Amino acid sequence: MSSGDDGADRGGRETPPKHGLAGPEPDERPHPEGRRNSQGIRIDPEVEATHEPRRAVFSALVEDEPGVLSRIAGLISRRQFNIESLTVGPTTVDGHSRITMVVEETEPDIDQIRKQLGKLKPVITVGELDEDAVRTELVLLKVEGTEPDKVHAITEMYDGQTLDAGAETITVQLTGDEQEIDDAIDAFRQFGIIEIARTGYAALARGNQPTAPGEKPGTADEPTRPTNTQ
Amino acid sequence: MSKQAPTPDEEPADADPETGADAERAADFRPATTGAESVVHALENAGVEAAFGVQGGAIMPVYDALYHSDIRHVTMAHEQGAAHAADAFGVVNNEPGICLATSGPGATNLVTGIADANMDSDGMLALTGQVPADMVGSDAFQETDTIGVTAPLTKHNYFADNPDSVGDTVGEALALADEGRPGPTLVDLPKDVTLGDTDTEPGPAEPPETTRPQYVADEENVAAAADAIEAAERPLLLFGGGVIKADATEAARSFAREHEIPVVTTMPGIGSFPEDDELCLSWAGMHGTGYANMAITHTDLLIGVGTRFDDRLTGGVDTFAPEAEVIHVDIDPAEISKNVHADYPLIGDAGTVLGQLDDAVDAAPDADEWRRQCQEWKQEYPMDYATPDDEPLKPQFVVEVLDEATADDTIVTTGVGQHQMWASQYWTFTEPRTWVSSHGLGTMGYGLPGAIGARIAADDDREVVCIDGDGSFLMTIQSLSVAVREELDITVAVLNNEYIGMVRQWQDAFFEGRRMAAEYNWCPEFDKLAEAFGARGWRVDDYDEVADTVEAALAYDGPSVIDFHIDPAENVYPMVPSGGANGKFALTEEQL
Repeated sequence: MSSGDDGADRGGRETPPKHGLAGPEPDERPHPEGRRNSQGIRIDPEVEATHEPRRAVFSALVEDEPGVLSRIAGLISRRQFNIESLTVGPTTVDGHSRITMVVEETEPDIDQIRKQLGKLKPVITVGELDEDAVRTELVLLKVEGTEPDKVHAITEMYDGQTLDAGAETITVQLTGDEQEIDDAIDAFRQFGIIEIARTGYAALARGNQPTAPGEKPGTADEPTRPTNTQ
Repeated sequence: MSKQAPTPDEEPADADPETGADAERAADFRPATTGAESVVHALENAGVEAAFGVQGGAIMPVYDALYHSDIRHVTMAHEQGAAHAADAFGVVNNEPGICLATSGPGATNLVTGIADANMDSDGMLALTGQVPADMVGSDAFQETDTIGVTAPLTKHNYFADNPDSVGDTVGEALALADEGRPGPTLVDLPKDVTLGDTDTEPGPAEPPETTRPQYVADEENVAAAADAIEAAERPLLLFGGGVIKADATEAARSFAREHEIPVVTTMPGIGSFPEDDELCLSWAGMHGTGYANMAITHTDLLIGVGTRFDDRLTGGVDTFAPEAEVIHVDIDPAEISKNVHADYPLIGDAGTVLGQLDDAVDAAPDADEWRRQCQEWKQEYPMDYATPDDEPLKPQFVVEVLDEATADDTIVTTGVGQHQMWASQYWTFTEPRTWVSSHGLGTMGYGLPGAIGARIAADDDREVVCIDGDGSFLMTIQSLSVAVREELDITVAVLNNEYIGMVRQWQDAFFEGRRMAAEYNWCPEFDKLAEAFGARGWRVDDYDEVADTVEAALAYDGPSVIDFHIDPAENVYPMVPSGGANGKFALTEEQL
């Protein structure tokens, strides 16, 4: 890219058009057949394949500092990830908390969520739980108190507990996986459900497997240290 | 950043006689008595030499502590300028720049510059004043939730809550800004913390334990990528801004040359590879060269280094490098397969990984035909322009004259828009950190404060040229007063088409020519305005005035502004319409 500097024709350019550039037009150029899908993965153009969303449960150990939850929630929302539930609570280590998060996303986005979470400064370690992880959620149900015996029977059936019973309302607590809770709620509908409070999943890996990558057991002498898990 | 401030127990007598400055510092050393002094000591320990900011109520204690410091503080006319100046200072020196602002409006004015640094992965530390901690949350005077506002725009931000630890917090924030993939960090400094008593001196600046970049790529992945390189028929290197951030330009150049692989860059990657090298096809993307976009479209192995495959580079991702396997080298694992799937992910430092690849590639790819094809595309799609006598001055000509009149190490800053594209297309860049611009965020107004930061970073005889647009220049024009006060030798070339030109180009192409709010013929006369600020100003309308005026402006030892009145009808080509296929770039308006 050089130019002449004489005033008359300033380099004697004649090839380019007055406006724009010279060269073969778009239709005159060779164009490859190949294609990528919306996730940037090369595909057979004949067979347009896309990833179906699936559910993933993440467990993250985080430094328990002010604002850590809003940093995580903000990351998820501004990157438009679809979050089902999020729970947070202390662990065996002072100053560490565990965040359990359920998302429903495509495979590339699930990968992206894990990596983006891992970049947050307060996040010590984060990973996805296996399918067979132990998981449960808790729900509080307040129903009409007109049929206490029947309410009690259904509560027993779902291994629940009655927390509060009065002449007008009964409040029960149930735990279980999502399907069990959904079924129980359906069963309680007959009494007239007044209010529901539901927590979302808490989850731990089965057996001796650490729940978050590199996580040290609570019986260890030292807390979990950050490890490069990417 | 190498300067080491002496510790309080160091005696002047112990200082190395070779380093008179240190001895002087030791003699001058004043132990910290407040949080604010501890903050300034943290900056000094890290070797900070300059900071850019604007005073204000909540940040006053920090400024008071700077009173006795050797750190050069440049008072800016607006906090946005402070952030951009710090950003550009950091880009030129390859270290985090420092900016300061007070609470509330001071902090919010920094936000654009912080967001800009975040999008371009520029290391930066912002220090913001805050109302006293016990008033936070009460909607106090000049209170803003700076932590909340800047959380999405920073690598991490810190709310300082203790005079004893605030120095270490600032050190950590500074180290984090520079670690791995660089980016902006922020420390919010409540006034009671900076005024608070402490005798704690900050320790060495360490990044937090939880941010742990991996510098060396997995050897198995390297071996697989090396095999792919050896087998490729149409290999193409894509150097992004990360190559420059990682200080890997030498490794990048030798890798390309040794294996004779053609190179395209991204726009932030400009300068990573010399554009006058035969292997170089300049930069690809929406307004990249035709030959770069042809190469991207037809490569069978794209080796992306330090690039995040931004949509302005890829166009529609469905048609991006559609025949290519992708090797992706990046320090940030989250960038791998974010936008474009990486067949060979290589997580690590650009220079280190290129070295690993270099060791692993046993034979250069057999790509004679491909290289010939790339050269043919250069002939087929030349970056050239007409200069008919019946039309006004062409901006491309102005850029080329400026380029020819200055040395290779000249730093060019720009705003955002048509002028930015012409500058990057028609200036031949050969060195890293000579192209200083706003890419990811596309911030109009970056150019002038960017030139101020670059000028202060380049404390040598290099020229600093700001190529600006009329719209961009007007956005941060108050910074000209700073350049005059500091007697900074910068040359501003305004490519003035009396339009917010890129918008006008899109309106003509996609909005049937309805030029709503795009006419800028109400702009002031920039040459006269420059004189009013105390700078030198010229107006140029004709070709035969260009070279002489450029020479005079460059020769003037201070800030100078040339208002080039260019052809208002001139458009930027090539152009890949938003979401379009790179290979279908338009060369004229009819092709859009």
